[in-house]
Amino acid sequence: MFKWIHRFGSAPFVYRFAGFLGPWIGGLCLIMLVVGLYLGLVVAPADYEQGESYRIIYVHVPAAILSMFVYVVMAVASAVFLIWRMKLADVVAQASAPIGASFTFLALVTGSLWGKPMWGTWWIWDGRLTSEVLLLFLYFGYMALRSAIEHPQSAARAAAVLAVVGVVNIPIIHYSVEWWSTLHQPATITKIGKPSIHPSMAVPLFMMVIGFQLLYAYVLLLRIRIGILHREARAAWVAKLPEVNSV
Amino acid sequence: MNLDNSPLNATVSAEVDSTTVGILAVLGCILRREWLVALRNPGQWVNPLLFFVVVVSLFPLGVGPSPSTLASIAPGVLWVSSLLAVLLSLGTLFDADYADGTLEQLVLSGQSLPLIVLAKVLMHWLLSGLPLLLVSPLLAVLLNLPVGAIPVLMLSLLLGTLALSLIGAIGAALTVGLNQSGVLLSLLVLPLSVPVLIFGSSAVAAAASDLGSSGQLMILAAVLLLALALAPLTAALALRIGVSGSS
Repeated sequence: MFKWIHRFGSAPFVYRFAGFLGPWIGGLCLIMLVVGLYLGLVVAPADYEQGESYRIIYVHVPAAILSMFVYVVMAVASAVFLIWRMKLADVVAQASAPIGASFTFLALVTGSLWGKPMWGTWWIWDGRLTSEVLLLFLYFGYMALRSAIEHPQSAARAAAVLAVVGVVNIPIIHYSVEWWSTLHQPATITKIGKPSIHPSMAVPLFMMVIGFQLLYAYVLLLRIRIGILHREARAAWVAKLPEVNSV
Repeated sequence: MNLDNSPLNATVSAEVDSTTVGILAVLGCILRREWLVALRNPGQWVNPLLFFVVVVSLFPLGVGPSPSTLASIAPGVLWVSSLLAVLLSLGTLFDADYADGTLEQLVLSGQSLPLIVLAKVLMHWLLSGLPLLLVSPLLAVLLNLPVGAIPVLMLSLLLGTLALSLIGAIGAALTVGLNQSGVLLSLLVLPLSVPVLIFGSSAVAAAASDLGSSGQLMILAAVLLLALALAPLTAALALRIGVSGSS
């Protein structure tokens, strides 16, 4: 067990392992996304109430799920880094932040595009939308704090503290925003309920969620490799890498 | 350099421990020091108060002098302005001590750092949060808030500004010693202070329309207790990171 943990803490091993795993995950992700999009956009029937425009769900829902999932990964990695001082965990957290911010942004934009035909407005201060915006601010704060501190070790630890504080706050923020919007807006716009979704729509949606997860994993692996190279730029094993020497 | 593990620190804390300075003595010492520093540097607590008054007086100029409009936005305006005033004043919480080396001595003193942070935050709140509380009735009258809502406004500000000072202390500790820390501090703390803002202003709004506001006030008190328990610990951890990275 400890030997295994030790191997995963060693930068050269992780660098090679990520390089080996990357193409497989990338390929699987491509298959999932292509098949999922084909099933979702072409095969699945149009919704009887929302017509064709509901199909944005196949991008919007996976992006929204991933926006929260990535933050949790980031916070867990940050906690591992703070407690056990495992450098690789910090690489994971740092690599995740921009990916998570991108998913959050994507979820907001697709939600807004969907909201215009459905709700008749680009934006309402609905509980979910508001907490998604605040999540984006948390990602921005993490990245801004990280880039503001010059000393790399303190930047990593300070940002890790912020990520953990943020994850404690996310449930509080989420519920307070939900209660706030119900206090102020008695169901003028009824949220699209969750009708029992037909398998012809559920299967592509499920595939898209898996595909987005794999996309995150693929980009994460790429960014972990870059992060390791940045940190270990002066190490002997990096100098011996063929891809470094060929440049 | 990590100061926590240096041999110098070990001897210093051993000496202090042998004389067994009581917790209350430390608390009293820090409170007295903060009080003296604030008295000799009045801008520290006068400026946030002036800022609060100026921001609130700008709103009627921006949205027009109609009494009914002002009354309906008064809870939000008073709460947003006090949130900004608290944030503005938090910039000075640790920076002066950091610049002249006092902070390093406090970290090295061997006394409980969370306790020291708590004492600093309490004195900071007495000097910057409490004055806001005291002028808020005057500004509420200027904004045409119903007089019956003023006790709730003051109670919500009492609970809320204390909670905001504690939450903001985490941000101030994370950004200690950084250039342009004011803007960064706002980016870090604003998403975390959303629950306080929501429940504070909705308590006042409920009281203004003769509805019960005890629910919101209780949630504010719960947020305050949570912040009181966790924020000093987190801020102390962040301060250690900031101080150790600087040298």
